[in-house]
Amino acid sequence: MAGTAPPAWTPAKPIVQLVDVHKSFGTVEVLKGISLDVRKGEVICIIGPSGSGKSTLIRCINALVPVTSGTIRVEGIEVADPKLDKLALRRKVGMVFQQYNLFPHKTALQNVMMAPIHVLGQDRREVEERARALMRKVRLAGKEDSYPGELSGGQQQRVAIARSLAMRPDVMLFDEVTAALDPETVKEVLVTIRELAEDGMTCLLVTHEMNFARDVADHIYFTDRGVIVEHGPPSTFFTAAQDERTRRFLSQVL
Amino acid sequence: MSDRSDGRDVLPVLHPFRVVPTRFAPRLRGRHGLLLGLGAVLAAGSAWAQAGAPQLSPLAVIVKWAPLLLTGFAFNIAISLLAMLIGTVAGVGLGLAILSEQPVLRRAAWAVTQFFRNAPWLVLLFFVMFLVPFQVTVLGLRIPLPDWVKATFGFSLPVMANVAEVVRGAVRSVPATQWEAAESLAFTRRQILWRIILPQCVKRMLPPWMNIYALVAMATVQASIVGVSEMLTLTAQVHAAEGGRPELFAPLYGFALLCFFLYCYPIDRWTARMERRFQIR
Amino acid sequence: MDVIPDWFQRLYESTGLNFTVFYDSYDFQRYLNGLKTTLFLGISTILVSLVIGAVGALLQSGPSRTLRGLVNGYVVLFRNTPPLVQIFFFYFGLGTLLPAAESASGLREPILNNVQWAIISLSLFAGAFNVEIFRSGIEAVPKTTVEAAESLGYTRLKAYLFIILPLALRICLPALNNNLINLLKTTTLAYAIAVPETLYAVKQIWSESQNVFEMMCVLLATYGILVGVLVWIMHRWERALRIPGYGR
Repeated sequence: MAGTAPPAWTPAKPIVQLVDVHKSFGTVEVLKGISLDVRKGEVICIIGPSGSGKSTLIRCINALVPVTSGTIRVEGIEVADPKLDKLALRRKVGMVFQQYNLFPHKTALQNVMMAPIHVLGQDRREVEERARALMRKVRLAGKEDSYPGELSGGQQQRVAIARSLAMRPDVMLFDEVTAALDPETVKEVLVTIRELAEDGMTCLLVTHEMNFARDVADHIYFTDRGVIVEHGPPSTFFTAAQDERTRRFLSQVL
Repeated sequence: MSDRSDGRDVLPVLHPFRVVPTRFAPRLRGRHGLLLGLGAVLAAGSAWAQAGAPQLSPLAVIVKWAPLLLTGFAFNIAISLLAMLIGTVAGVGLGLAILSEQPVLRRAAWAVTQFFRNAPWLVLLFFVMFLVPFQVTVLGLRIPLPDWVKATFGFSLPVMANVAEVVRGAVRSVPATQWEAAESLAFTRRQILWRIILPQCVKRMLPPWMNIYALVAMATVQASIVGVSEMLTLTAQVHAAEGGRPELFAPLYGFALLCFFLYCYPIDRWTARMERRFQIR
Repeated sequence: MDVIPDWFQRLYESTGLNFTVFYDSYDFQRYLNGLKTTLFLGISTILVSLVIGAVGALLQSGPSRTLRGLVNGYVVLFRNTPPLVQIFFFYFGLGTLLPAAESASGLREPILNNVQWAIISLSLFAGAFNVEIFRSGIEAVPKTTVEAAESLGYTRLKAYLFIILPLALRICLPALNNNLINLLKTTTLAYAIAVPETLYAVKQIWSESQNVFEMMCVLLATYGILVGVLVWIMHRWERALRIPGYGR
């Protein structure tokens, strides 16, 4: 995990690249031409009012939702390709959900271990060792044998993060991971994500936590009604927004 | 046990699931079944016709005997309706007895219900056929009990137990607050049950009650095992009358399957529709 | 050591209640064989019908329209026709159409005997209900849980085996209980094609020993106990599958 974060100005090759992505559900167009790049080690935050297509955008990246047109490239994999190997893609992309979505019939440790064993066919002992290390990393040592139903929301969300990390992804997607949590437990999850970012993990977050975005993000995108209205590094984004819509949104949430 | 007792942080994913007894959207229509069955019968028949044998084709055999077989089928339906009637009346009584406040009555009714619910239908049928006399004497009047009457009685026993269970379940599903509200208005227990609780239950009881009916209708063929001349018995007799040709078995039993399917499938669909409708409220 | 046979012998002499099964070793053996056949029928049909239910429910949520249609047709047909007629249709109708081998004595020897046909048709009957039960369980598994499995790279089949089915099973267990108990009771229908199960054996005993009432009691008690044991097993299973903090 000890990667070194490249300085933000390095023109590294994008690890995730979206070009003019459109998505319609029936006659409703949710994404109207989204383009963005994520470079290795970067933390990207996507913010915007609800219903602006943020969740759909992030779901397109690991092919949970097929795009209508446009291209998405993840580490050289064409996501919009109809012959896409979804499994190869999902080994590279980890995802954490708003509702944690742990498997309730397995203990916390088993949740972390399942996918590497079932999907990657890795050795159980080696996976268990890694899973225990990940549980320590998300500060849940001692909760290995608890079932999801016995854990608080924040604890469950951290298990969900460990579960994704166990697949050793190159990119992590976070879909409003703190939206369902109590205010007290939001912090513990954000701390975990921040540590992850500091370790050099490439992260793409949809979030409503503006302060967190300002502290952690390398780049912020503001979406509204299916388009990217404005983007920039947090230093300029929060202080010198150009677009009227961005300014109105920021004044409401800050 | 937890700090999450206020339910705020309880995940949707961790809520106890409620199984909604969904069924298929009506993709298969009755006429599909009819076509299917007719197709099978026709195919069997034409295959036979091509063989050019002098004997009647399976289709011709079915056409020839259809009036008799359908009379048998009507007898099955009659038995099922009668058994349902007796069973429902007895079952409602038994169900109310389970809900009674008298502990002895309650326990006895519960035991009877469990006994008849857990015994196989065929065993209950044998039970009645062999242990009920062929005639009873009431007030010096001899009433003969033909086999089909005994069989009907035999089918109404499990119906009774199942209806009792449905009644009990439905009454229990009415929120306790309804009882409290009625009690505080000084209704008697009997009044509460008949005027307030049961009217609310009827709608809830209808789908499971119809399910039970479909079960009885399909169970009536078991009467053939104990010698009642219903459709299945007649089918075997027709088969023998046509020389007992083995290739006639499939079309003849297929015809019986078709008759029951055409009768039971609409009931099933109707029940499913009602279940869905009541669920929305 | 012969306390039980002696007691029932004396019961017969003093009261006329003739429980031949408990003192006559021949009748007892017949009864025991019947019980064994019932157990064999019950266990094998339960297992086969569970497999049918799981596979059917998987196909029903699958991508192939043809397979979905076939499964739907199967479920609808078997749910809405009498199991006894199904047994006759299979045993007499299809059994006689299948080619038969000749035994050494020149007799016609069908490839499948009556016990096997009973297992096939009873499993298909109960399997149709199991498909429906599993399907309603699968539908109750939250879609987001399935998405989580997908984004971890699970294939459809693996997600079904390791995540959806285990959860669906817990959801639909009460309905499954009912159906399996029903199936155990339905095995008595094999009597009609002369499978020597409990009902068949007991009827043989009572028609020879003229003790209908006594044997009827034995019969009802037997099924009462069998159903009781199955209920107990299913209850244990339900408890074993219960997840802490999940449901009630």
